[in-house]
This record gives sequence, C-alpha cells and structure tokens, in this order.
Amino acid sequence: MATADGAAARKSIFRTFWILLGLTAFEFVIAFTKAFYGEWFGLSDATIKAIVVSTFIVLTIFKAFYIVAEFMHLRHEVKRLGFVILVPFIFIVWLIIGLIWEGGSWGSLV
Amino acid sequence: MADTAVDKKALIEGERPIFKASYGKLMMWFFLVSDAFTFSALLITYGALRVSATTEGYAWSNPENVFTHTPFLYEFAHIEAPLVFVGIMTFILIISSVTMVLAVEAGHRKSKNEVAKWVLFTIIGGATFLGCQAYEWYHFIIGTADGAYAAEIVDFEGSIVPQSVLEEHAMVQLMPTYEGDDEHVVASLTVRDGATITNTTHIDMILEEASHTHAGTYMLSKKEASLLNISQLNTGSDIVVAYPVREENEDIFNTKEKAIIGFRLADGHPVEERFVVDRIAATAPVMSEEERNKLEGAALAAREEQEKWNLTDGGANLFANEYGPAGFADLFFFVTGFHGTHVFSGVVLLVMLFLNVVKGTYDRRGHYEMTEKIGLYWHFVDLVWVFVFTFFYLI
Repeated sequence: MATADGAAARKSIFRTFWILLGLTAFEFVIAFTKAFYGEWFGLSDATIKAIVVSTFIVLTIFKAFYIVAEFMHLRHEVKRLGFVILVPFIFIVWLIIGLIWEGGSWGSLV
Repeated sequence: MADTAVDKKALIEGERPIFKASYGKLMMWFFLVSDAFTFSALLITYGALRVSATTEGYAWSNPENVFTHTPFLYEFAHIEAPLVFVGIMTFILIISSVTMVLAVEAGHRKSKNEVAKWVLFTIIGGATFLGCQAYEWYHFIIGTADGAYAAEIVDFEGSIVPQSVLEEHAMVQLMPTYEGDDEHVVASLTVRDGATITNTTHIDMILEEASHTHAGTYMLSKKEASLLNISQLNTGSDIVVAYPVREENEDIFNTKEKAIIGFRLADGHPVEERFVVDRIAATAPVMSEEERNKLEGAALAAREEQEKWNLTDGGANLFANEYGPAGFADLFFFVTGFHGTHVFSGVVLLVMLFLNVVKGTYDRRGHYEMTEKIGLYWHFVDLVWVFVFTFFYLI
C-alpha cells in the first residue's frame, strides 16, 4: 500500500477518536449536570431520569457503532460478513424485550 | 489466489472467498460474537436483578456515590470525586484503542518499527487500565468506612466500653421500605433491632432529620432518635466492644506502639470524636481471653443480625455490601472482573505480538495479519467497556 493510503487511514482513525471522545465527554456533561435539569427545565425527576437514561443508551450505541465499524473495520469488509456477525444479536434484543415485556417491568425501568 | 493445490498454510492464512477475509480473522470474529453473548448475558442479568430489586422496594445503589475515589485526590486531599476516575479509565482505554488501530495501519505498510512502537503504547495503556481496576476494586472492597483511610483496624485487641459512654454518640439505623415502585415515597421505616414506623407524619419528621446512607438506609444520632420518640429494643447487653483504629505505620509488628486515632464499634460505627476516643482508651479495659470467649457468642448473634439486614461493616463482598442490594456488588465483581480478565489476556497477547514484531517474525511471514487479529480482540475489549461504563457507572 502506498504511503498516501496510510495518511488517509490515519486521518479516519483520528476522526473516529475525536467522535468517541466527544460522545464520552458529552456523557460526562450530562452526568454532572443532570441534577439541575429539574431546576432549569422544570421537569419531574422521573421524566429527567427517562430522558437521561435513554440518551446514555443512544450515545452508547453510537459509540459501539464507531468502534465496530471503524476500529474493527467491519464497515469496510464485505457486507455478507457484517450480516453474519450482527444478525445473531437479534437474540440479545429478543432477550431484552422478552424480559421487559413478559417480566412486566416497563413501569419500573427507570 | 493463483495456487490451486491444497496448501495448509494457504488454508489458514489465505483469504476465504465468500467473506474476502482470512480464516484467522473470521475465527476471531466468531469468537468475539460468542464472547459478546456472554457479556450481554451478564449485563442483562444485572438489569434484571436491578429492576426486580427496585420493584420490591429496595434502594439500588447510585453508582455516583459508590465510585468516588480518585488516586491522589482521595489520598492527599480527601476529595470525593464521582465519576472522575472512571472517566480517566475510559479515556485510557479509548487512547489504547487508537494506538492499536494505528499499529494495524502501520502493519498494512509493513513498517516494523512503527508497529512495535504503537503496540508498546497499547500495552502501556492496557496495563495502566488494569492498575486502575485494581485500585477501584480495592476501594470498593474496603469501602468508605469513615475515617478508615490512613488507618488500620487491629481487631485482636478490642476493649469493653460501657454503653453509657457511647450513648450520646451512637447512631440509630432505619431501614426504609418504599411505596410501590416509587423510591421517593417512604412507606415505612424499620429501626434496626426495633419497631416499624408506619405513621406518615412521624416518618416525615424523621426523614427531615435523618441522613441518607450509601446503603440506602437512614441514620439518626441517638439523641435525635430519642427526641423523635424512636426506641430501640434493649438487646440485654450494657457493654459494647470497640476495636481501636490505629495510625498507619509501616512497622506491622509493633501495633501497640501506634497511636489510637479512633474506635470502631462492633456494629461498624466509627467513633472519632477526640474526647470520646481518649475516654475509651483511658477507661475501657482491654478484654481478657475469658471475656473474649464469652463475647464470641454475642458477636455471632450480632453478625447474624447484620446478615439479616444484608449489611457489612463497610465495603463489599459477594454476600453483602454497604452500597445497596447484594446483587449490585456481585454483578460488579463478575462483569468488571470478566472484563478485566479480557484486558489481562489482551495485554498478554500484545506482549507476545510485540516480541514477535521485534524479532521480525511477521517480516519473514510477509504480512502483519496477527496485528489485525489481536487488534480485533483489543477493540472488542474497548467495546465491552463502553457498555459496562454506561450500564454500571452512568445509569
């Protein structure tokens, strides 16, 4: 591979790094400021908790996407390989939904 | 691939046409999928335990109050800094992921020295992370026992203290149960060794005075408790065993020489007020062998009482912890322990990789695919941490 290729790859690595760092920093900002949301936005504790927790989960999935797609290079592999690796996680999603749904714990999640 | 003859080396190192990836990388991917299932199961178990505990009215521990110790800040300035240390650990792991992927990139260019450099940085990152985990575990296990820092408890020389000396400094612990799913409405309070209070006005008055503990219980001083009409059942004993807490000293054989800086009562409550400490030290006799034996039965009963309430005298173990329901510490140990084991294996693999790179093994082989395979594993460890961080520390 040519050196120019390497430079492009490194650029993309650092882009991913800044994204991951930014998302993590954002999580910390939320963690440190969430105590004041009630005062600032006039929301109830339960609403704040629901919003904060779902934001954390969404950010986590974003971070996971960048690690798997860029650092683990899955986005640049053949699509077929990506499917073989990701499709089995339907079972995990099913397990989570099953436990929440049939366990009747929607109301007590947050 | 031009060569069509069956070649074992080509089978292992050659590309699989369907996936356009080598056998080794495919197998690493499949291993990681199965490993991800294991981690998912552990994290889902954590979630299920947590939901069932809060549904039954137990206060789950708030991670921000648990992981507050940061090296230097804690030891020298006694600052409690929630999430700061975890933030540092996360940062270290992200950085080590970047150095790993840079090593993979350098491997594509077959640049031996660059690969060696980045792999070495990754090893340093991984080892630092493991050190951080050791620190965190240590503090999680010994707990936050007030005043226990820079001190050690010498539990083979307990003193017998008359109850009256401690009366005004003793604390009363109250166990809350909540109304339905709402953690904010306390339905009743149970006094340790005592009665359950269900009167709402009384509860409100108590909550106004009481301080909330890490374990989710409420604490009142004996004085406040008697003002609020809370009485404890008489346990039939008018003496309490107090264990001296001595100044930290490197000479472990000379414990008697060290100054007593406080006492820890049998129920785990620390006594630090200078004049009480001096009074106990001056007046309370050190137990004789006979008295110790006599008290052993009482201590056993107290221990059973403690176990009944799922309490420890500070810190955490698999049975109970001071932070919340036992499941919290159990899953903490299992999930972060399992992750730490992976980090450790990763560091071992990286060290092997580093040695082989330096020896020129991959130059001779003609490719640096091993860097990619170990890189996949290392990024997976980072990926798991992203989830552990969210579900254990943030939520």
